[in-house]
Amino acid sequence: MTKNAIISVKNLVKKFGNFTANDNLNFEVHEGEIFGFLGANGAGKTTAVRILSGLSAPTSGEVIVAGFNARKQPEQIKKNIGYMCQKFSLYEDLTVKENIMLYGGIYGMNKKLIRERTDSLLKRLNFEEYGDRLILDLPLGLKQKLAFSVAVLHQPKIVFLDEPTGGVDPVTRRQFWEMIYETAAGGITVFVTTHYMDEAEYCDRVSIMSEGKIVALDTPAELKKQYNVGSVEEVFIKIARP
Amino acid sequence: MKKVVESSGLCKRFGGTEALKSISFGVNENEIFGFIGPDGAGKTTLFRIITTLLLPDEGELKVLGLDCKTGFKELRRNIGYMPGRFSLYQDLSVEENLSFYATVFGTTVKENYDLISDIYSHIEPFKKRLAGKLSGGMKQKLALSCALIHKPALLVLDEPTTGVDAVSRSEFWEMLRKLRHHNITIIVSTPYMDEAMRCDRVALIQEGQILSVDRPETIRDGFSRKLFSIKAPEKHKLINALRSCPGISSVYPFGDSVHVTFKDDNFDNAIYEYLENSGISDVSISETRAGIEDRFLELMGTHLH
Amino acid sequence: MKRFLGFVKKEFLHIFRDVRTMIILFGIPAAQILLFGFVVSTDLKNAQVAFLDLSRDEMTQKISDKICSSGFFRRGETLLNFDDVDKALRGNKIKAVIVFEKNFGRKLISEGEADISIIADGSEPNMATLTTNYLTAIIADFNRELAGTSAAATMLIQPEVRMFYNPSLKGQFMFVPGVITLIMILICALMTSITITREKEFGTMEVLLVSPLKPIQIILGKVIPYFMLSFVDVIMILLLSWLVFGLPVKGSLILLLAESMLYILMSLSIGILISTVSSNMQQAILISLVGMMLPSVLLSGFIFPIENMPEVYGWISAILPPRYFIVIIKNIMIKGTGFLFVWKETLILMVFTAVAIGLSIKNFKIRLQ
Repeated sequence: MTKNAIISVKNLVKKFGNFTANDNLNFEVHEGEIFGFLGANGAGKTTAVRILSGLSAPTSGEVIVAGFNARKQPEQIKKNIGYMCQKFSLYEDLTVKENIMLYGGIYGMNKKLIRERTDSLLKRLNFEEYGDRLILDLPLGLKQKLAFSVAVLHQPKIVFLDEPTGGVDPVTRRQFWEMIYETAAGGITVFVTTHYMDEAEYCDRVSIMSEGKIVALDTPAELKKQYNVGSVEEVFIKIARP
Repeated sequence: MKKVVESSGLCKRFGGTEALKSISFGVNENEIFGFIGPDGAGKTTLFRIITTLLLPDEGELKVLGLDCKTGFKELRRNIGYMPGRFSLYQDLSVEENLSFYATVFGTTVKENYDLISDIYSHIEPFKKRLAGKLSGGMKQKLALSCALIHKPALLVLDEPTTGVDAVSRSEFWEMLRKLRHHNITIIVSTPYMDEAMRCDRVALIQEGQILSVDRPETIRDGFSRKLFSIKAPEKHKLINALRSCPGISSVYPFGDSVHVTFKDDNFDNAIYEYLENSGISDVSISETRAGIEDRFLELMGTHLH
Repeated sequence: MKRFLGFVKKEFLHIFRDVRTMIILFGIPAAQILLFGFVVSTDLKNAQVAFLDLSRDEMTQKISDKICSSGFFRRGETLLNFDDVDKALRGNKIKAVIVFEKNFGRKLISEGEADISIIADGSEPNMATLTTNYLTAIIADFNRELAGTSAAATMLIQPEVRMFYNPSLKGQFMFVPGVITLIMILICALMTSITITREKEFGTMEVLLVSPLKPIQIILGKVIPYFMLSFVDVIMILLLSWLVFGLPVKGSLILLLAESMLYILMSLSIGILISTVSSNMQQAILISLVGMMLPSVLLSGFIFPIENMPEVYGWISAILPPRYFIVIIKNIMIKGTGFLFVWKETLILMVFTAVAIGLSIKNFKIRLQ
């Protein structure tokens, strides 16, 4: 695996008034890896992800995402990332194709390219007969898979996933993770935030945040070895609460 | 043993979709009974029928010895219910929420304090804070205290751990275990397989059908095949190679490894060579014990496809 | 009973804790009364009128002086021929042009009749109606004076009915009843429907239904706080309009308050009815605003007189409760009439209340659907 840093965070601090949400974060995410970003409720995950995706400026520190500075070039960052969260992803009252068309348009892709990628996407998901169905009528698992495909439609350098497989059945969840592996193998970095630890086990490396700081960062196997436990969940319970 | 909930052939339709297809199960007194299944499996519908909020289209359901259709008035006094979204008044304080639910059920906080003290003591320091300003874990504890305040005989918890971090979830399960000393039967649902092992007995539920009801260990041990765990650094390549490998019957990614079963359970050393020829190095293979999720996958395969 | 009181207490906590609810409850009514009273007043003050006097005699001079000294109108330009009329009105400053025919004075004295035309800017219908009404009233007044001093025969038009009850031509007299009517339906229907659907949306309704609370206790628990606060509102509005605008209640205050209670009760029942048919707050707000508020503003006779509406709108207005309450409140407040004059409207409101309560009880489910 190449070790080029696609995300590089140095001394990141984010304050809201007196409250320090991110307290001197330092980490790198490598190109093409699946990076799990874990933490208890209120540990500062959301704040950090907002900064990484160009939605909010850091108070101090240097954040480089996909080659762009988060403070000075947030618009450039937004063009080079994809985003999918569990709650909002696709417009329920539009059809599958209309949704794809819309997102392609938002990222400035031309019609021909959108159509090509739509076809290959639907084919890959065995979705051809669903193209003209409303999102509303799709089962949850299909929606999630489609939402992910749409998030990487414009082939961003990084895709941010927020609790991507919450509540889906075990088979669909595995299909979903296979899609993530495939995406990562294709060179797109996958950044997953979740508080479900079994999801963390699928990642190449995970970081655990607590009270605004990163308290652990390694491969799941290494973390388990280090804390001498059987699962990332146990690691988490040991260190995520002060 | 006395059954707290007894269901046979329960069906519920919404328009054209069948939410529950002939559900039968029984819950014993004083146990923690879990419904494990993905969103849309019918867990919430079933819970609403148990709590008398919905009527079944077909089938029988007895809760605490009463019929769910005719005995709803009596039942509503004796059930504690925590719906999927924590049903708290965001604009009332912790204390006000609790005492409101106590009055509604005709009791006082004082009267049943010993029942909730274990749980409530975690949030009591914040009792003046508005419920809307609590963290997920604290909301969960408050909602549980509110559902318990009238000392119900049956506690029904719909996805109490969804959206809550791992530490809070772990604490939550500890609290449920302690409640058993108070003679409260608990029915709980969750989409997360790993929580199944925390229950006394579980029902695996998928697309409105129960796949299996038993003790979680028994369900897990019902896995009928020899299971192997295969690891390699390039997971994507590994999965694709295993899929096209002739001797293999099932391939599922599982955390940092891939769980594999062989046709007729014949482990074949040729797999090493096969993978190496596919360009995959650093392969490690070991036989492993199936988890409840492996069993769920197996059951899903036989039931639905 | 303790359960029920606990529930009512909780409702009061919701209301007093939410700044927005408090503003809707007390801020908006006060603001509305003051706003309508001061700004949207329908009084004319110094509206410019132009004269095209083809006669130029003593009589036309007297009439135009009377118009311009009334305080309502100010003398604009003097026109020379009919071509200027259009130009003058297009300029937007002139609200109306008054045309005296040739030999106006002589004709009036010799034939007892002379023609005067009022040409108003119809692109502002309200203003135009108002202007012409005031002008005809002034001319009629002049006519009466004339009849008193000389033997001249009657001419021109009779005074406008509205002023009969509102002699000082105060616009506030018209608006206060209207505002009370609207505010009550807004607060009662909108707020109750929101507060019930909010429980549905946040999932707390599920727990309430599973509790031993009876549906009637839930409904009454929601209604009582708003009933009390709305009543306080009515008193506040009446006090405000009395203190600020000097608007007295001519008829029986007790009757007025009793009728207000009935109207509040009816609006609350409609609010509950709305909440039983909507599954979330958005729907409830939409139904209350578009379904109740808008037609009430437009069709209840508050702004546009019902007599002037096309027939169809008249029918629609017949099923809008505010229409009847406006009649009741105007009668009591401005005309000072007693119950005998409003019993029909009162009865209609009672029927509305009964129907709304009946439908809500039928619709309120003890289970989810």
